[in-house]
Order: sequence, then structure tokens, then C-alpha cells
Amino acid sequence: MKLIVPVKRVIDANIKPRVKADGTGVELANVKMTMNPFDEIAIEEAIRLREAGKAEEIVAVSIGPAQAQETLRTALAMGADRAILVKVDTAVEPLDVAKILKGVAAQEKPGLFLLGKQAIDDDANQTGQMLAALLGWAQGTFASKVEIGEGKATVTREVDGGLQVVELKLPAIVTADLRLNQPRYASLPSIMKAKKKPLDEKSPADYGVEVKTRLRVLKTEEPAQRKAGIKIAFVAELVGRLKNEAGVL
Amino acid sequence: MTILLIAEHDNQLLSDQTAKALSAAKKIGGKVDILVAGEGAQAVADAAAKLAGVRKVLLAESVALKEQLAEPLAATIRTLADGYDSFVAAATTTGKNVMPRVAAFLDVMQVSDVIEVVNAVAFKRPVYAGNAIETVESTDVKHVITVRTSAFQPAGEGESVPVERIEAAADPGLSTFVENRIAASDRPELTSARIIISGGRALGSSEKFREVILPVADKLGAAVGASRAAVDAGYAPNDWQVGQTGKVVAPDLYIACGISGAIQHLAGMKDSKVIVAINKDEQAPIFQVADYGIVGDLFEVVPDLEKQLE
Repeated sequence: MKLIVPVKRVIDANIKPRVKADGTGVELANVKMTMNPFDEIAIEEAIRLREAGKAEEIVAVSIGPAQAQETLRTALAMGADRAILVKVDTAVEPLDVAKILKGVAAQEKPGLFLLGKQAIDDDANQTGQMLAALLGWAQGTFASKVEIGEGKATVTREVDGGLQVVELKLPAIVTADLRLNQPRYASLPSIMKAKKKPLDEKSPADYGVEVKTRLRVLKTEEPAQRKAGIKIAFVAELVGRLKNEAGVL
Repeated sequence: MTILLIAEHDNQLLSDQTAKALSAAKKIGGKVDILVAGEGAQAVADAAAKLAGVRKVLLAESVALKEQLAEPLAATIRTLADGYDSFVAAATTTGKNVMPRVAAFLDVMQVSDVIEVVNAVAFKRPVYAGNAIETVESTDVKHVITVRTSAFQPAGEGESVPVERIEAAADPGLSTFVENRIAASDRPELTSARIIISGGRALGSSEKFREVILPVADKLGAAVGASRAAVDAGYAPNDWQVGQTGKVVAPDLYIACGISGAIQHLAGMKDSKVIVAINKDEQAPIFQVADYGIVGDLFEVVPDLEKQLE
């Protein structure tokens, strides 16, 4: 079985994003960019499935600017076999990402797509579900466990009340939640080896997709800030203040 | 504008998330119908029919809809697509699972996690884990929206409106439900609790977490939350996680015990009315958002708090 793992280049998760003063977005110039953490988990899961003999090949796909090549090299260093960069210089919304990935699926014929459940920049949490709809496949979102059986995948999902287990007919879409696994670090030799792994460059037009903006961003602003309150030395005083001052007890 | 609101429920009870999402739907303006999709969910439909400002309730029942899996639920919503301009659901794990599937069927972009309705087609939503708020305008012919319910008050009750039975779509046969592993609890739900007490990694173990946090929760009638670090360490189950990738909450009182206040966690609770932080580290970022802070060892402060609540 072939696995496809889409990966997105985003602001590093440890950096606090700054809203531009003119309200046109978040400052991305000279900011450290890395692979979306949920996508790292998806890559790791793909590698583990291959190590367990459940998959033969892992193809990493990124849709983004030329620099997304670095993100793909990271995926290759972790253990993906080859990569496809679908080069687009503008922001691509989840629906168009899903349409491009549908095109990739038509050429590659994967048995399973593994995606991160959401990207930590737009926090949309849509691409996997949309891709499943466009392909007419089953979806196992927010996965904390994936088991591959004969023609099916059993996925444990993190849901509001706890966990839900579903069985999906393959091919299918799985999106990774935080606790699916702990991604590995790429070793230096594997980083060197990754430089020689194949990386194809494509365009959305190669998949018959014309990228457009459906959600117009009118404004980006800072969230309302809370003010730091007061420090209290004794619990008795805290309880008193919560009762009398704040009125919440 | 006609709006279809997808009800959040477990076939027995209508979740108050629906009443909150209804408030958002009413701000969009127009006629709002509620879809209850499930099995044996008549009581849920009757409860939805009592919500104020609803035109009618549609009840679709089938075996495939019982667990509201994305594939059969999206298929049923799709059969109703022609009659509506906007499709709204609470941004719960059910809403997040099914709505993008609906949006892709309709060839429209979804607006996720709406915290404010600016007008019928423009919405505010958090991005970058709540570090920025975007105002977006949907230019599509139809609109698919999920609502961050902690930002909306629940709609009240009014006169009952009619419940109309509709045909569930045929099961696409792609997925099968195996089981739910849901811990039964007498405590209030995180997303609707008035008071939440949360523990972090400083608790050190699952046993300590329960020993220290739960007695106070019981005394306060509070829901119990946890930081991602505590959940990752196995001190608390995943459904207790508060934060950008867990649950987003806005209770009257949020008590953070041994939680440093990573951006990720703050994104999930900073809209709480009153925040109390208990932490050993005076420099912990949680104190920057807390109304009341106690710098001290949580293993002394929290049991003391329990005593003082007598």
C-alpha cells in the first residue's frame, strides 16, 4: 500500500506570532518556519506503518512556495521515500488544497492519506475531511491510534466525550491528533540521504486546479488582552475575594 | 437567508452547545431550522423545538445516523442543501468532523470556529492559536460555519415549533462504528460548566492529580480540566484537555493549578470571567492573565483551598 502525507510549512510552533501593525495579517518575514506539528505526527505514523510492514511507499506532498521544499526535505529525512512540491506563491485555502490532493490521488493511487488534523497557522481543521468528501472515501479524524487490517483501517478518535473507535473501508483518510505518536528526530546521516531522494515539482494546473480566494480576509487584529490581576498570599483571602469581590463563589 | 443548524446531541439529550450555536445563527439573520440526525432521537427533536426563534425542526432517523459518523451525516445534510443558504454547527468534535465534508460537497470554503458574527457573510475567527483574530468574508454562494460556542450565550426557550420527519440519506457504507470509550461522570461537562478547576504537569502523577484536584472540584461542583502537558504525561484523560487543540472554555471561574500557561493552554481558557492561578513559579505566564494569583506549592495551597471552602 502507498501512503500519501501532505505537509505544510508554517510558523514555528514555539514562536509567538505578531500581528502586522496595518492589520493585513501576521508577520512572516524573517520568522522561523517549520513543518506543521500535526503533519510531523502524520509522517511519523506513516513511517511506523511502513516499519510494521503495512505500507511500502510514503510520498510527502507540500502545496506552497519554493521554500516548502525544506519542509519536504524534513519529511524525507524523517523517512518519506519521495516528495512532490505543488508550487503556489499565494495562500491556498483548504478546499483548493483538497482539490489538488485529489489530483495527486488520481495519479498516485494511495491506499491511505495521513494528514495532520489542522495547521497551526489558519487553524481551519478542514483539509482531510474535504479531501475525503471529494474522493468519496471514509474519514477517521483526530486519530490517536491507527490499525491497518485487510481492506480496512480501525481508527481510535479523540472526541469531546473521550474516545470513539471506527472502522474505515480503505482507501481512506486519517487525520492525526496530538497523541497518535511522538515524532522522531531526523539523524544527520538521514538528513544527508534525504538530499538525494526524489522531489518532483508540480503546479496546481497540473492537477486541473485554479487556486482562488473564497474567504476574503478583511482584517487581522490582536486579540483582546487580559490584564494581570493581583497576587494574594493566603487562601482565606482568595476565597473571600472570589465570594465578595468577584461574586463567582 | 435560510439557515440549517445541526443539533449536537447523544440521541437522548440536546446539548446546550446547540442553544449557543443558535444564538450565532440568529445573528446571521433569517429563518433557522434545526436538523436533529440520529436514531431514537424524538426527545432531542422535541427539546430543539422549544428553543426560541426556530422556524421548525427536521428529524432524520436511521441506524447509520445513530453515532453521527461524518459520512452518513454529511450525506443527509447534502440532501437538504438546496433549501438553505447557510449551514451552521457548534465547533465540537462532531461539528468539526462533518461540516468540512458538507462544505466540500457544496464546493464552498468553511468558516471555522466563529467567535463573532459581523454580518450575514462576515465573521471573526481566531487563528494562530488565538494569537490573532481574523475578520473573513465568505464570497461563496452558500456558507458553512462552525461556531466556537464559548463565545455565545445560549438561546432561551419559546413556544414549541413543529417537528417534521425527513428521510435520512442512504448510508454510504464507508465507515462503521465500533465503540465509544466514554467515562461516565457526575461532574458537569467542561464546555458548559460554571466553574472549572484544571491541573498541570506539576501534579506529577495520575494518582496525585485525582487526590489533589478532584476533592476541590467536588466541593465546588466544578468540571475538571487539564493542560496538554498533563494529558500527554498520562495524568488526565484526553477529554479533560483545555487548550487550542483540546476544549475551549469560558466559565465564570477558572482555577489553574500547577499550569505554567503555554500559549496553547491560554487559547483555551483566557475568555473565562475570573481566572485564578496557583503556581510555584512567580514568573509563570499564567499570572499574566490571572485575576488572582497565589505563588506557592499547589500541594499545600489546593488542599488548603478545599478546607477553606467548608
